[in-house]
Amino acid sequence: MSEGTSFEDALETLEKSVERLEAGELKMEEALAVFETGIKASRACGQWLEQARKRVQVLIADTEGEFQLDFLDEDESTDED
Amino acid sequence: MLDDDLFAQTEEAAQPRPLSVSEFTSQIKALLEEGFESCWVMGEISQYTHHGSGHRYFTLKDEDSQLSAVMFKWQSRGLSFEPESGMQVLVYGHVSVYERSGRYQFYAARMQPAGVGELALAFEKLKSRLAAEGLFDEERKRPLPPFPRSVGVVTSPTGAAIRDIVQILRRRAPGIQIILAPARVQGDGAAAEIARAIENLNRYNEVDILIVGRGGGAPEDLWPFNEEIVARAIYTSEKPVISAVGHEIDYSISDYVADYRAPTPSAAAEIVAQEHSALKRRVAELHQRLGSSIEGQLDKLEATLRHLNPRRVLLRARDRLEQNSQYLDERRKDLATAFDWYARTRTEAFRSGITRLDDLSPLKGLVRGFSLVEEVESGRLVTSSEKLQPGDKVKLRLQHGGAICRVEEIEHE
Repeated sequence: MSEGTSFEDALETLEKSVERLEAGELKMEEALAVFETGIKASRACGQWLEQARKRVQVLIADTEGEFQLDFLDEDESTDED
Repeated sequence: MLDDDLFAQTEEAAQPRPLSVSEFTSQIKALLEEGFESCWVMGEISQYTHHGSGHRYFTLKDEDSQLSAVMFKWQSRGLSFEPESGMQVLVYGHVSVYERSGRYQFYAARMQPAGVGELALAFEKLKSRLAAEGLFDEERKRPLPPFPRSVGVVTSPTGAAIRDIVQILRRRAPGIQIILAPARVQGDGAAAEIARAIENLNRYNEVDILIVGRGGGAPEDLWPFNEEIVARAIYTSEKPVISAVGHEIDYSISDYVADYRAPTPSAAAEIVAQEHSALKRRVAELHQRLGSSIEGQLDKLEATLRHLNPRRVLLRARDRLEQNSQYLDERRKDLATAFDWYARTRTEAFRSGITRLDDLSPLKGLVRGFSLVEEVESGRLVTSSEKLQPGDKVKLRLQHGGAICRVEEIEHE
């Protein structure tokens, strides 16, 4: 959950940075700071999007209705392709 | 006579007169005809003969029993297919006795292929009932989640469907977590398992979207996805559902209820991956706009800076600028890997922007010590001493505030 939220925040920061810069009303000092913030947010977004997730998990419900996650046996897949 | 006497001596002597075979047979016939209403019987056709008279004679059988049957010429006009031995069929008719041979047999009035006929009937009935209840309403179809980060898959852990989905998402959207809720997808009890898996994923509440389906198969194998319990589980799901039952053409009930219908599990994975790709494109586009807008601002100042000697103000600015350059370099790497399609078209433009950013390193220093000179009246920047005369008034714009100054002397380069 938190990962998703951080992505949404980063995307919003990136969007706002672009808007502020494009409005063109910033002093150079501010503009550079906003640019820097935007670059950081963009990098965070990129990382979030590209970060490879864990292996496929299997949801198992026990008799009490509690959940546990197991890893799926993936025979051949080596993530290369 | 002798026989009569003989019988007369037994205990059953008081019996009524014996029935003729015909009489007895017609009583059986009446019993059968009155005792059984017309009904559907399902079985496999064997010993099928399409007689020259136009009548069809066959035996309906299953593992344990056989039933002789006939379909007369005038009943077979409504046949939509040509029956043959080995075919599973549903036959509607009544039972009676063929007196000549003393055999009871089934008199067929209608016949449909089983599977098709029976299942199609159930399918249509359920479909219209659920439609009337509003389960298929377009208004309740939900959009795909804007940031899909986890997808729940309801299918068999050993089938082709999960393999296809994993393969496509790994390649196209590695950032998406896959959680499989295993369920048998054919045979008795499969529908209940599918429904429970959908409920479990909703209760577990860690996925953004569900893919429910299986790879292709015979119509009977796909049947669980036509069952009401599955339809209701999809309808109740809080998370949007993509139905992905492996048949390109036909629809299953789950396709109608789900928020999205994909013709195959692979196609469902593609739909999810597309959302992810759309996000990537959005980030790439914003990134590009960020770069070009700062470039634009730098360009505007470049003209005013060109005539200043940057060397003295360069040093302090350099450190900050180098750091920015490093950000950009790092971003460039990210771009190259993450947004390769995008990078191909845009990297060149982007690169030249970075180079220019380096060229402009005095900027920061300017803000920290230099001032801009403007014409008092127009506010236009004064970029050359040739525009000035001794005695002119000019406005100095400083980082904080400004000053009106008089030109004492002109120094041309």
